[in-house]
Amino acid sequence: MPAIPAVSVDGLVMRYGDKLAVDGLSLTVEQQTITAVLGPNGAGKTTTLETCEGYRTPHQGTVRVLGLDPVRQRSELHPRIGVMLQGGGAWSGVRAMEMLRHMAKLHAHPLDVDMLAERIGLGDCGRTPYRRLSGGQQQRLALALALVGRPEVVFVDEPTAGMDPAVRRTTWELLEELRADGVTVVLTTHYMDEAEHLADTIHIIDRGRLVASGTPLELTRGGTVTTIRLVVTQPFPDGAPDSLREALGPETVVSQLDAVSLLVTGPADASTLAKVSRWCDEQGVLPESLTLGQRNLEDVFLDLTGGELTP
Amino acid sequence: MTGTFTPMPGAAPLPRQVLAQAGMEARLMLRNGEQLLLAVVIPAIVLVGGVQGSDRIGLDFSRPAVDVLTPGVLALAIMSTAFTSLAIATGFERRYGVIKRLGTSPLSRTGLLAGKVGALLLVEVLQVAVISGVGLAMGWSPRVDVVATVLALVLGTAAFAGLGLALAGSLRAEATLAAANLVYLLLLAGGAVVLPTSAYGDFGEVVRWLPSGALGNAMRDALIDSAVAWRELAVLVGWAVGGAVLTARTFTWE
Repeated sequence: MPAIPAVSVDGLVMRYGDKLAVDGLSLTVEQQTITAVLGPNGAGKTTTLETCEGYRTPHQGTVRVLGLDPVRQRSELHPRIGVMLQGGGAWSGVRAMEMLRHMAKLHAHPLDVDMLAERIGLGDCGRTPYRRLSGGQQQRLALALALVGRPEVVFVDEPTAGMDPAVRRTTWELLEELRADGVTVVLTTHYMDEAEHLADTIHIIDRGRLVASGTPLELTRGGTVTTIRLVVTQPFPDGAPDSLREALGPETVVSQLDAVSLLVTGPADASTLAKVSRWCDEQGVLPESLTLGQRNLEDVFLDLTGGELTP
Repeated sequence: MTGTFTPMPGAAPLPRQVLAQAGMEARLMLRNGEQLLLAVVIPAIVLVGGVQGSDRIGLDFSRPAVDVLTPGVLALAIMSTAFTSLAIATGFERRYGVIKRLGTSPLSRTGLLAGKVGALLLVEVLQVAVISGVGLAMGWSPRVDVVATVLALVLGTAAFAGLGLALAGSLRAEATLAAANLVYLLLLAGGAVVLPTSAYGDFGEVVRWLPSGALGNAMRDALIDSAVAWRELAVLVGWAVGGAVLTARTFTWE
């Protein structure tokens, strides 16, 4: 079965008026994985997701979900996918469990709604009208609505925005259980730690374009940039950064953090470390600590998008 | 794999989906105080007030006032549900993202519309029961043509529902609310719903082409003279087709 990708987007272009929201985006989501689509606000994440869900027709390019055209084959596709919207999606007067039961009735083999409510933590607000649910409860209901039809692919847009840390953990566990049970999860998120923790594959999108794809490990270690932080026991002599740069070669950047610490950024391997240590000897300074820095996903993201991550 | 969430997708059979949607929408409509007011209370007040006050305001019918007014009030009730309530409810469904949410469910557009019509019919059964009860209590003695009555109810519902959905599809929720209530009041006052077109003098020739006048006259013919008002029914079909075309053009899942 995993022969057909869960999602394949090829050369997608989407415009709102003059504004290019998605600019020739191509990406693939393999079945039975968790894939995170990461990007700053306005990067085109939601537009891309909503095109996969059949809300929008591509202006250029093609989108296939489970090999189907989401617009022209919607009746075939929609029973097989679950969608968690970013907000809303229920009548203001409907009770939480009533809404969940209703969605269950539209499917042929729905999950047991009481079990699902229990698992997602809707138990104590089942009879509460939607408009009186807290933001977190509305999020949980939205997730339950996406799952109740036993879909093959679920699209979750910012699934844990506004959730408290404990509920967030539970939600992560649930998404991991979905993958273990054979469901494909496609999520958009602002949260680096969420993508890093959950995703098998991360696609980073910026200004409607794919700027990087890979596993969290590939993205964080794949780059050539590493940092070395050198702290010494007594202040550096004058001109220390320049002299260290000379010793290491032109590809490195050396910046002085304070009187006793330097930060080296650049390609680093065993010989770099040896050179740093030899330079310390020559300068007559005694290293107190020499720390190798690893890029985290946030660094990668900032490098690639050059923007900040505004939740 | 036999985990809790192991995929087993599938759509429920269409009739079950439509029934679920109709039941849900009817429940929500009846749970809403303003909608109930519009659906049952206002028509009942119009009927009682009209019958009690017809002598004083100089309305002179050739038959007891209750016989003339009850069919018109039934038409008013249909209009309030199929047009005003439906337009407002659909406008807010769009605002709250309900339509969008349903847009990725197995429910098709046809299924959604069929569900809405089903909900209207459920509420209308209740309205007809209450209003007929009030009328009978005041001495209403109809000469019923069942086929003509059902035709008028169904075609009237179709005509108003098409217009209500088209309205909800073209305006924002608040504007839909305002417009739907305004049109309701204008048609109540000048649309020949409750009063026969003959009460409007020359203007009656115009209002009989409105869906309100056509439905009112069709109901009166069916329940006073036990007759089928073919021309009125044809007018309702025309409005229904126009409304359906407009709805199809304006409908989106968002």
